[in-house]
Amino acid sequence: MRTHRMTRTAARLAAPVLAALALAAAPARAAYPERPITMIVPFAAGGPTDVVARIVAEHMSRTLGQQVVIENVAGAGGTTGILRASQAAPDGYTIMMGHMGTHGAAPAVYPDLKYDPRKDFAPIGLAAGTPIVVVARKDFPAKDFKEFVAKVKADSEKLNEAHAGVGSVSFTTCSLFNSLLGAKPTRVVYRGTGPALNDLVAGQVDYMCDQIVNLVPQIQAGTIKAYAVALPERSPALPDVPTTKEGGLPEFQVTAWNAVFAPKGTPPAVVKRLSQALLAALDDAATRKRLLELGGDLSNTAARTPEGLQKLVESEVARWNKVLKATGAAK
Amino acid sequence: MSDLLSHLALGFSVAFTVQNLGLALVGCLIGTLVGVLPGVGPIATITMLLPITYGVEPTGAIILLAGIYYGAQYGGSTTAILVNIPGEVTAVVTTLDGHEMAKQGRAGAALGIAAIGSFFAGCVATLVVAALAAPLTRVALLFGPAEYFSLMLAGLAFAVVLARGSVPRALVMILLGLLLSTVGTDLETGAERMTFGWAPLADGIDFAVLAMGVFGFAEVLRNLDLTEQRDVVRRPIGRLLPTGEDLRRSALPIVRGSLLGAILGILPGNGAVLGPFASYTVEKRLARDPRRFGRGAIEGVAGPESANNAGAQTSFIPLLSLGIPPNAVMALMVGAMTIHGIVPGPLVMTRSPQLFWGVIASMWIGNLMLLVINLPLVGVWVRFLKVPYRLMFPAILVFSCIGIYSVNNSAADVLLTAGFALAGYAFVRLDLETAPLLLGFVLGRLMEENLRRALAISRGSAASFVQRPISAAFLALAAVVLVLAVLPAVRTRRKEVFVE
Repeated sequence: MRTHRMTRTAARLAAPVLAALALAAAPARAAYPERPITMIVPFAAGGPTDVVARIVAEHMSRTLGQQVVIENVAGAGGTTGILRASQAAPDGYTIMMGHMGTHGAAPAVYPDLKYDPRKDFAPIGLAAGTPIVVVARKDFPAKDFKEFVAKVKADSEKLNEAHAGVGSVSFTTCSLFNSLLGAKPTRVVYRGTGPALNDLVAGQVDYMCDQIVNLVPQIQAGTIKAYAVALPERSPALPDVPTTKEGGLPEFQVTAWNAVFAPKGTPPAVVKRLSQALLAALDDAATRKRLLELGGDLSNTAARTPEGLQKLVESEVARWNKVLKATGAAK
Repeated sequence: MSDLLSHLALGFSVAFTVQNLGLALVGCLIGTLVGVLPGVGPIATITMLLPITYGVEPTGAIILLAGIYYGAQYGGSTTAILVNIPGEVTAVVTTLDGHEMAKQGRAGAALGIAAIGSFFAGCVATLVVAALAAPLTRVALLFGPAEYFSLMLAGLAFAVVLARGSVPRALVMILLGLLLSTVGTDLETGAERMTFGWAPLADGIDFAVLAMGVFGFAEVLRNLDLTEQRDVVRRPIGRLLPTGEDLRRSALPIVRGSLLGAILGILPGNGAVLGPFASYTVEKRLARDPRRFGRGAIEGVAGPESANNAGAQTSFIPLLSLGIPPNAVMALMVGAMTIHGIVPGPLVMTRSPQLFWGVIASMWIGNLMLLVINLPLVGVWVRFLKVPYRLMFPAILVFSCIGIYSVNNSAADVLLTAGFALAGYAFVRLDLETAPLLLGFVLGRLMEENLRRALAISRGSAASFVQRPISAAFLALAAVVLVLAVLPAVRTRRKEVFVE
C-alpha cells in the first residue's frame, strides 16, 4: 500500500523559508529544534508501527516545542523507508521509527540490504513493542498451548500456517516458533495480516503468529482461538491467555518492537534532546495508557536509552540471522 | 424488523447532530474535490487528514473519513467522463461510454445520470448494510483462496466483453495487463521479478501510474495529433441534465447495477472492483443493440456508476462486522479507528452500537449530500470542457504529475507514467483498447496470489477448484461468458466470409 503526506511536502516547502528567516533573525545558532521534525514510518498509515509512532510523536512534539510530522514511506518490508531516512542529513530533522523487521530480521531476509542496522544509525530509544500471540482457527483440536505444541510437532506437514510475506513480523516470528518445534507446515502467504486473519477466521488455514493489536477483537469475539502470548508475563490486554512460559515453551519469547533512530552522524546533543523527549513520552501517564490499551508492551526499560537500543539491535540481528538461516528463508 | 428500525433510529439520532452533519458535508466536499483532481486519491487524502480527526470523537471521525471515500468515488467518475482519466479503478468502465457521451456534447447527461444512479445505489446499499451486515459476514467467510481465484477469472472473462472491437485484441491486452501485474517483489520468496534491478519497481507498478499514463496522458497525446480542434469544444454543451428518455433507458441498469455492486462489495477480497465491470457486461448483453456500447450509451454509464457506489458502501460490511479491511482505504479506516481507541472487530456492533449505526445512517445522508452538491455543479464541471486545449492540456499534465509524485514522493513514478503514456499512445494508434489492460492488471495480482494460496492449501491439487461448489460455479460462469463473447465474433466472421 502506498501513502504519502502532503503535510510533509508543505513542511519541505516551508523549511527553507523558515530556515532563511531564522538565519536572518539570529546569526548565532538557535537551539534544536527550530523547525518541524519529520519522523519516517516505513509502513502504511494505520498499521501497528504507525499507530505507536503517532501516539509517541504527539507527546514528543509537546516536549520539543516543534511538530513531529509522520511521513509514511512503505515498501519492501519497511526497508525502503529506512534506507531513505538513513540517507537524510544527520541534523535531527529527519528521524525514523524502525522495528524488529527493519532493524533485526532485514539483514537476513534481504541479501542486498543497503544499510546495516548495527552501524548506520544513531539509536534514540525503544518506544513500545507489541507482543506476539499464537492463534489458531476456532475449531482447532487442542485445548491448551501444550496440546497445540504437541499437535504441531506431530502433524506439522498437514497443517497450514498463514503469514504476511517474507520479512513480515508474522513470518519471522512464526519462523522462530516453527524452528523451535522442528515443525514444517505449509506456509501460506498473504498480502498483509488482514487477509490472512480473514482466512484464519474462516478456517481456511490452521494457525498464525501475529501482533496482539491485530488479534484482540477477534480473540474476544471467539472467532479465533488464542493459545499463548510470547511474553514472560501475561498481557493486560488479554489477561486470560497464558504465556508461552506457562505453556512449557519458554524459549519462544518475542515482541515486535518499535524504536526511534536517527541517521548516523547526528550530533550527540541532538540525540540527547530526542532521547529525553522520547523518555518523557513513555513516562507520561496518558501516553502509556493509550499504548497499553492497544496491547502495547512497555516492559523493556533497558532498551529505552540509546546505548540499550544499540545492544538490542545487535542481539536481534544475530538472533534472526540464526533463526532465518535455519528455516532456509535467509539467502 | 422492529430491531432494524430501532437501530436505524439510533443511527439517525447520532448522524443528525449538527457536528456529524457538518463532518459528513465536509467529507463529501473534500472527497469530491480530490476525486476530481487527477492522481490525488482517497488514500492520500485520508492519510493527510488523519491527524485532524484526533480532536473529534470516533464516530464523527469515521463519518468524515467515510464521506471522503465515497465523495472521491463520485468525483473520480467526473474526470473519467470529462477528460477520460479514471480517478479510481472502479471508474475505468465509466470512461468507455461516459467520455464518448462527453465527446458527443452530452457530458451533462452523463454526469447527471452518474449522480442519480449513485444516489439510488447509495440508498439500496445503506439498506443492505443495515439489514444484512451481520448475516452477510457468513457469506464472506465462505470465500477461500480457490473461490477468489475463480471469481477473478470470471472477472477477466467480463473483460473480453468490454472490448469494442476484436476479441483477440482484447485478449492480448488482458494478457499484457496480467504480465505487468507480476512486476515487483514476489510475495512468497522475496525474489524480484522483472524489475531489472531498478529499485522503484521493487514494489510493483502503482495503479495510478499505469492508469494516468495509458489513459490520461495518452489521451492528451492523441488529441494533439488531431489537426482540427477536437469536437468537444466546438459542440454546444446541450442539456445539463438527463432527458426523460435517458432516465427511462437508465432505470433498470441502475437497479441491476446497484444490486450487483452491493453483492460484490461484500467480499473481503476487494470484490468491489468487479462491480462496474460486471454491470457493464450485463447491460451490454441485455441491450437490444449492443453496438451502441462504447459509442456513448447512457446505460453504460448508469449501471457501472451505480455498481461502483453500491460496492463502495457495502465494502464497509467486512470492516464493520468482521473487523477485516477488504481494501487499502478500509485498512486505513482500521488505523483511524485504532487511533481513536476502537479496534474494529466482530464486537463493534454490540459494544459501540452508536458508532456502528451512526456510520451507517451517515452513509445515506452522505449520498443525499453528494446529490445535492453535484447536480448543481454539473454545469460548472461541464464548463471545464470549454477551456481551450492549449490551457487545459498543460493543466491536466501538471496536476497529474503533482498527483503522481505525491502518491509516493517518488520522481521515478512520474518517469514511469511518462513511459506508459508513450505506450498508451502506441496502443491507440494500433487500435488496441486499454480498459482490458487495466482490468487484467488490477485482477492479475489478486488472481496470482489466490491461485498460489489455493494450491498451497490443496497441496498442489488443481481439482480443488472444481470440487468446491462456489468456485466451480464461478468457473462455469467464466466459461459461459467467454463462449457468449466469442460466439457472435465467430458468427460475424463467417458472415463476412460468405459475403466475399
